[in-house]
Amino acid sequence: MNVRPLKKLGFGMAVLGAAAFSLIPFLLFVSSAFKTQTEVTAIPPQIWPSFSPAFFRSAIVRYDIFKYLVNSVIVAGTTTVVTVFLGALAGYGLARLPRRWSHLTLMVILACAMFPQIAIVGPIWRFLRHLGWLNTYQGLILPYVALTLPLAIWILALFFGQMPEEIESAALVDGCTRLQALVRVIVPISAPGLFTAAILTFIYAWNEFFLALLIVTDPVRQTMPVGIALFQGEHTVPWGEIAAASLITTAPLVIMVLLFQRRIVSGLSAGAIKG
Amino acid sequence: MIAKQHRLSVVLISPALLVLVVFIGAPVIQSVSLSLHRIVISLPQLQTPFVGLGNYQELFHDAVARHSFWVTIVFVSTTTFFELILGLLLALLIHRHFPGRGSLRACVLIPWAIPTVVSAQMWRFLFNDAYGMINYAIFGNGVTHYVPWLAEPGLALCAVILADIWKTSSFAALLILAGLQIIPEELYQAARVDGAGLWRRFWHITWPLIRPALLVALLFRTIDAFRVFDLAFVMTQGGPADATNVLQLYGYKKMFIEGWMGYGSAISVSVFVMILVLAIVYVRMVGRRLLEKSL
Repeated sequence: MNVRPLKKLGFGMAVLGAAAFSLIPFLLFVSSAFKTQTEVTAIPPQIWPSFSPAFFRSAIVRYDIFKYLVNSVIVAGTTTVVTVFLGALAGYGLARLPRRWSHLTLMVILACAMFPQIAIVGPIWRFLRHLGWLNTYQGLILPYVALTLPLAIWILALFFGQMPEEIESAALVDGCTRLQALVRVIVPISAPGLFTAAILTFIYAWNEFFLALLIVTDPVRQTMPVGIALFQGEHTVPWGEIAAASLITTAPLVIMVLLFQRRIVSGLSAGAIKG
Repeated sequence: MIAKQHRLSVVLISPALLVLVVFIGAPVIQSVSLSLHRIVISLPQLQTPFVGLGNYQELFHDAVARHSFWVTIVFVSTTTFFELILGLLLALLIHRHFPGRGSLRACVLIPWAIPTVVSAQMWRFLFNDAYGMINYAIFGNGVTHYVPWLAEPGLALCAVILADIWKTSSFAALLILAGLQIIPEELYQAARVDGAGLWRRFWHITWPLIRPALLVALLFRTIDAFRVFDLAFVMTQGGPADATNVLQLYGYKKMFIEGWMGYGSAISVSVFVMILVLAIVYVRMVGRRLLEKSL
């Protein structure tokens, strides 16, 4: 018997197995969004949905999920812009410092990313309450910036570190100031690094739940993950609406993963710290 | 000229450092100070008397806290163990060149990318005692055999562990993949010429060379598993009978549900100290490896 086709078959099975493991639980869940109430709670369960739009309508009209979605877009979007901006400045600065200093600083920053959130939330909550910033966007965005900065700084410091300093020197010789060199020459070249940092920051801020739960207790300002976690029906768990909201929250992330898979893989493995 | 250049660097770094100091550094230190006081949020008239190590003494004799500690240890060790094995297998798979590798990588990344809250609701639904797919997959139409997974202490913990393995194995795979990518292809070619089979190539080339990456993945996953909160909060609220009451959830309940800010801070500082030791080892390893390469 020939060995090669057998090997190929085994490999193909492994690939299919990995894809099924990753996708099937999620598909089984979000398919509920397209079912009717009787189909969702059918015993034994019914796998195929009848593609009813009822749960989406109910999620939008009765549970007003667009309100959560808008809050998520504002919080995650602003966090991404601020983090990438501050991270780019810091990453560039670190890449141009003497090694001894930049190494020490990067290690301390990495340590910050490892801290358990529970160890910082008490004081952050008191601080925000003192400022009157509980239940505000900035009260959520500022801690998010702090939590996402370590990864962004690492990605960007490594990126700028690999960039030859001659490019800058040339710009300086041409009469640019250092800041002009940064804005006009360095930033355009470093678009890929900035983009990687932006994707990972956005995913983190979009998904974050623990701080969002504590800092924003007013439903008007809550983000999508909090909405999904706290969805309450009158008598039963509103699975269809939860699935619809989950699908709407996850769709942008799935699109990002499909489009930018390569950047995410390189960004995460280069940073080797949590996104 | 050089000094001036460094001054600019310091100016550029300082805004980011300021944010980190205000929202991470200072809160950690303040947590330690809070943990030495008796603070009840709902009773501000009690003031905040200094109680020294009183909160820690109480914590030491708190049966629920001790139970939480062991639940967390079981959670951390089992999830990390299975995530590393699955992560290694996934990494070996997505490292191979084959048509459709990009699509497979994207598929594998999806559990990592979706919000933990969504995956928690997903597993809560799949583990449902009446209309959940897990019961259906195991028992088919034999409705009388259906198991209430999330209502039995041992099974509920297993369910939360499974949910975490599903969610984060792909992240472990990425960390291990980074290790696989630096192994020169020539080594495998030479071994093949010498007639080494798949298994021998794995044990004599891949295994020794990816051990550093595995260690990084192990440390990172351990640290991260200690911080589990979302899954337990959504799937079980820590129940049944505190079976999934992990430390971060217990700390949250004490601080924000019961309002014992001081006692809760003692829990959070304890979690912090446990993680700190691991984090220092991790930071030294990752830091040295990465910075030697690129800066």
